Amino acid sequence: MAKAKEINAQIKSVKNTRKITKAMEMVAASKMRRAQERMAASRPYADKIREVLAHVAQAHPEYQHPFLAERPRKRVGFLLVSSDRGLCGALNVNVLRIVVQQMHDLQSQGIEVQVAAVGNKGVGFLRRHGAQLSAELTGIGDRPGLADMVGPIRVMTDAYRNGEIDALYLISSRFINTMLQRATLEQVLPVKKPEEKTVVAGERWDYIYEPEARPVLDHLLQRYVESVIYQAVVEHLACEQSARMVAMKNASDNAKRLVGELQLAYNKARQAAITQEIAEISAGAAAV
Amino acid sequence: MGMTIDVRVVSAEGSIYEGTADMVIAPGQMGELGILPRHAPLLTGLRPGELRIKHGAETEYLFVNGGILEIQPDVVTVLADSAERATDIDEAKAKAAKEAAEVRIANQADELDYAAAQAELLEQVARLRTLQRLREQGILR
Repeated sequence: MAKAKEINAQIKSVKNTRKITKAMEMVAASKMRRAQERMAASRPYADKIREVLAHVAQAHPEYQHPFLAERPRKRVGFLLVSSDRGLCGALNVNVLRIVVQQMHDLQSQGIEVQVAAVGNKGVGFLRRHGAQLSAELTGIGDRPGLADMVGPIRVMTDAYRNGEIDALYLISSRFINTMLQRATLEQVLPVKKPEEKTVVAGERWDYIYEPEARPVLDHLLQRYVESVIYQAVVEHLACEQSARMVAMKNASDNAKRLVGELQLAYNKARQAAITQEIAEISAGAAAV
Repeated sequence: MGMTIDVRVVSAEGSIYEGTADMVIAPGQMGELGILPRHAPLLTGLRPGELRIKHGAETEYLFVNGGILEIQPDVVTVLADSAERATDIDEAKAKAAKEAAEVRIANQADELDYAAAQAELLEQVARLRTLQRLREQGILR
């Protein structure tokens, strides 16, 4: 019976694991719903500020803002958005892969790289690989406020303003649907001119700025960068929860299958033991 | 049929208002702005204050806590740092926050905190003033 006992212990352990993964799946499912709502709520602002910026790009301002001007790239900054916790499938790995590839590509072209990271996984990974982090943010929780993110955003925009970096890229996950998230690389600075031509009065026009072009555009562009990054972080959280839900569902299903297989093995072992016992008894009886 | 202008008010937390109006009155950085249809393109910052959206006989009162205002001839976009419907203002909360800010200013802990407290105070005062104006006009209680 020794073998059957061993299998029984294994079944118990798999069942326990399944309880955990099942619980995590359900927690992730409920968090996912809220994370998706939050993502949807922050979208109108991001859309509208993009629209306004599209208008600004079509105006003919007397003042050219540095955030809008392309310049030769000697140093490039990355802002990496990852999750604080693991057990969410390939989500973080996909994002990190882009970072590594980009850093490798740029460095082989002789361009320096500066990185800031949001989320434990990204910070830990970059540290282990000896990268210099110019800013980091961990422990953002499930309900990040814009105020939490201002630190790293400031560091990167200031670096751009001071000419320490000539472009800023955002690396994060795009939420496509619950089953599918895609790691993406997006240029934040200099602000890309949108392609589509919308509204707009007349041929050559410019805004009336109150009080002046510079502070107003400064304000607008700072808000734009904040909005893009905030949106990315909120979206990444929605990605994280759905990736975790899917990963945990797979784990639970696997555990269920495993328990079934082990149960079969257990039954066989038990039957074999009984058969053997009977054979021994009858053999003993025959001998008497 | 008179002309109208599209109005969209959004904050980072969501869309607050979307509709058409005959006139919009906004708390611009350089003073109150009255916006009618076919206004010249304009870009300005907002200070904390009340945003009025007039449509026919009705007026919608919103409270915006800073942000950016963009005017195109046929559309007004308010990118508020935060915004709420004036009738949703929590008076007790605003008063408490105002007093807390006053205490912080009186103590003058450090410069950074002082600036933050001052901004907070400005916001709460504007919020309470909005509420008071609504009362005077008999829209609220």
